[in-house]
Amino acid sequence: MIEPASVPPDTTAAAAAGEGDRPLLAIRRRQLRETAIEVAVTAVALTGIAAVVLIFVFVGREALPLFTSEEARQETDLARMFLAQTWREGRAATFTWQPVSDVPKYSMIPLFVGTLKVTFVAMAVAAPVGIAAAVFASEFAPRRLREVLKPTIELLAGIPSVVIGFFALLVMATFLQDTFGFSFRLNAVVAGVALALTVVPVIFTVSEDALTAVPRAYREASLALGATRWETAFRVVLPAAAPGVLAAVVLGFGRSIGETMIVLMASGNAAITSLSLGDSVRTLPATIAAEMGEVVFGGAHYSVLFFIGVELFLFTFVLNTLATTFVRRLVRRMSGTAA
Amino acid sequence: MSVATRKAAGAGLSAITGAAALVVVLMLAIILVDVVRGGAARVSWEFLSAAPEEGMMAGGIFPAIYGTFVMTLMMTVAVLPVGVLTAVYLHEYAPPASRMAAAVRVAVANLAGVPSIVFGLFGLGFFIQFVGAGLDGAFSEPGTITYGKPALIWAALTLAILTLPVVIVATEEALRAVPREHRDASLALGATRSQTLGRVILPQALPGILTGAILAVARGAGEVAPILFTGVAYFLPDLPDGPWSQFMHLGYHVYVLATQSPDVEATRPLLYATVFVLLALTFALNLVAIAIRTRTRQKAAAGH
Amino acid sequence: MTTPVPQAFPAKMETRKLEVRYGAKPAVRDVSLRLPERQVTALIGPSGCGKSTFLRALNRMNDLIPGASAGGEILLDDRSIYASHLDAVELRRRVGMVFQKSNPFPKSIFENVAYGLRVGGMKGRAALAERVERSLRGAALWDEVRDRLDESAMGLSGGQQQRLCIARALAVEPEVVLMDEPASALDPIATAKIEDLIHELKARYTIVIVTHNMQQAARVSDQTAFFYMGELVEVGPTERIFTNPSQQRTEDYVTGKFG
Repeated sequence: MIEPASVPPDTTAAAAAGEGDRPLLAIRRRQLRETAIEVAVTAVALTGIAAVVLIFVFVGREALPLFTSEEARQETDLARMFLAQTWREGRAATFTWQPVSDVPKYSMIPLFVGTLKVTFVAMAVAAPVGIAAAVFASEFAPRRLREVLKPTIELLAGIPSVVIGFFALLVMATFLQDTFGFSFRLNAVVAGVALALTVVPVIFTVSEDALTAVPRAYREASLALGATRWETAFRVVLPAAAPGVLAAVVLGFGRSIGETMIVLMASGNAAITSLSLGDSVRTLPATIAAEMGEVVFGGAHYSVLFFIGVELFLFTFVLNTLATTFVRRLVRRMSGTAA
Repeated sequence: MSVATRKAAGAGLSAITGAAALVVVLMLAIILVDVVRGGAARVSWEFLSAAPEEGMMAGGIFPAIYGTFVMTLMMTVAVLPVGVLTAVYLHEYAPPASRMAAAVRVAVANLAGVPSIVFGLFGLGFFIQFVGAGLDGAFSEPGTITYGKPALIWAALTLAILTLPVVIVATEEALRAVPREHRDASLALGATRSQTLGRVILPQALPGILTGAILAVARGAGEVAPILFTGVAYFLPDLPDGPWSQFMHLGYHVYVLATQSPDVEATRPLLYATVFVLLALTFALNLVAIAIRTRTRQKAAAGH
Repeated sequence: MTTPVPQAFPAKMETRKLEVRYGAKPAVRDVSLRLPERQVTALIGPSGCGKSTFLRALNRMNDLIPGASAGGEILLDDRSIYASHLDAVELRRRVGMVFQKSNPFPKSIFENVAYGLRVGGMKGRAALAERVERSLRGAALWDEVRDRLDESAMGLSGGQQQRLCIARALAVEPEVVLMDEPASALDPIATAKIEDLIHELKARYTIVIVTHNMQQAARVSDQTAFFYMGELVEVGPTERIFTNPSQQRTEDYVTGKFG
């Protein structure tokens, strides 16, 4: 039998630990603590889901009387909110929002029209500018410039909307009126252009992320085939990043629908149903902000304002889902699993 | 097209897209210049530390600064633990392809898109009319409302939910930046998951988490719509003396001064000065956040 | 002097028909291998042959990979490492690991070495300091760092960092040390130092080393196991494996015909 060469007779850690397993109790206690921590962390993570659910439930809760209470339904209902109404005998049917009046009128249409007008102006300005700036940053700008451009746009994004509203009210409105000669100083164009200032950073950031995510290989292949940089940018990179850019636009759209302070301060706050962009408007969020302060708690007007909140929540929910679908498509494309 | 034409078109497009970028930068500059020109002069130590006088026509804005500060402090205390732990769950504890993790992500993405006014409605409908009313039912004298009305704490909690996505996204980004190898090394030495998190991962993620907190504070200081009916007031004779008081707020102050001033010309300097302070505050916060993020990225690139 | 036959030593760890799968794909199949106490076992084979996977199964690091599963038995001191007297955390205190690329924490040298002790519950600077010194000596690093224990570990050279990682692993006083290509990222001088270190460590620890460098395996180990395509082709005393292997595939590999 061959003797093992060098086995030190002293107790090494090996020998000691080999025999004396750490007491089972200590191990179990440690495992219990780890499980408790894991459960706690998981529970906290549920807050996010809970928040979304609670928002829907509790905003809806205050709007519910519209459908359940007799007195509320006296004042308005879904039909009256969306269809033209003859509010007075002998007059033509109109869409009117005029809650404070001897015959309260709760048509959603002027508010929808106002919101869409402002959003239209905002997107018409912000989408081209945002996307173009993103293309510039990702395809044409030298590195140093890009590193300055991105934080600058982040700073723009960091300006509180109340400040942009202030700027629109005091400076932009005058400038735009001098330039275009509007009859109303505060109107959909003023609000829309101001709104564009907050939407551009959203569109820029998401588009730029999508564009820079396009693999270098695409660009290099195009350039190797003799295309110029701009041809590569517009014929190869932009189409490849299209779902992401689309998502950016959708998110920007959602942002401009939901923006409150700017519109509150710069749109004139008149619930006019017209197609002219030079008219004052009232949007859905601004209506809530402007009127909630003077509303009777629990009354029909109060419930209608909450109902507008429900509408806004649902719109942005749908838009977000749309944007997420686009992003998912973009990711699939980039990783090469889709055609 | 000839090569020359193509090149010219390219130059043209470069110019156009560059112009778009320039327009954005210019707008930022115009706003800044306008605010500085209109407001810098009026900002003095006295302005910052004194209370308003003469029906907001004169004096200072200290109560608004104080109210903004206290509210964002409460908001941060509420949002940081929840946001960081949620991000930890998503990054560390959630099993891959977990349905719950996917649901949390969807919820957070949606939360980020909810209009700020809807948060205000939520604050009113949930915190004030439900939680507050419940507290009143349990603890207040019948007939009195102590908890079920607009207050600092409700506004702070409402904003905490609004800024939750900001903290979660920043924290997740920070966690992702910690190299896998450190986690493996820690576990191979016999550390538990929570020990690895607490001793190795979170300390390294700290700058990113801080960035998230700073960005959340900047949002909280600037958002007005959610606090409109959850606690803010335009003129309060005293500073808030507890979480159940109302408070003044820089952003709200700007809004009221701009839209409801009885004498526009007289309040104009005051308005500009208040905007200056608010803008300076949010800019400083954003710049600090950007600086931390840039430094962290540079260190990460150089380190390995 | 006759080299003692590794098989004569008791098996510190042993696998019986071990199989490791990632999802549906088996990375390691039907491996039964004895790892003798206080001997160095080298695992050699071409890349992708499963030797690293096998190594990681020994301290249950594969548990961290989603979709990984293990079948068969793995024994430490004749008891299964999945039995209730042990969990992964406890196991890893007894079976340490040194990784291919050194991965010191961005902490001080002292805190790196003390890390395993702290998470194990040891407190008190004096007690920690004593163990830290002992471990650094054990890793042949003490003289080089004794004056800068509180400096960041990131300031050390690659070779020093790897020895720091070894010291860190030794600090918890494991019984087995697993090394996954510990010197592959190092220059020849640093590599030589690591190999000397392994010779010294053998006296106290059971060592299992994965290496793609056959000369290193020949220099450093007592027993060598040749893996190919997830299976254990042959195992035996190092000298025999390299001079007179019994399997053709083994001979082809060690003579450089492939791999």
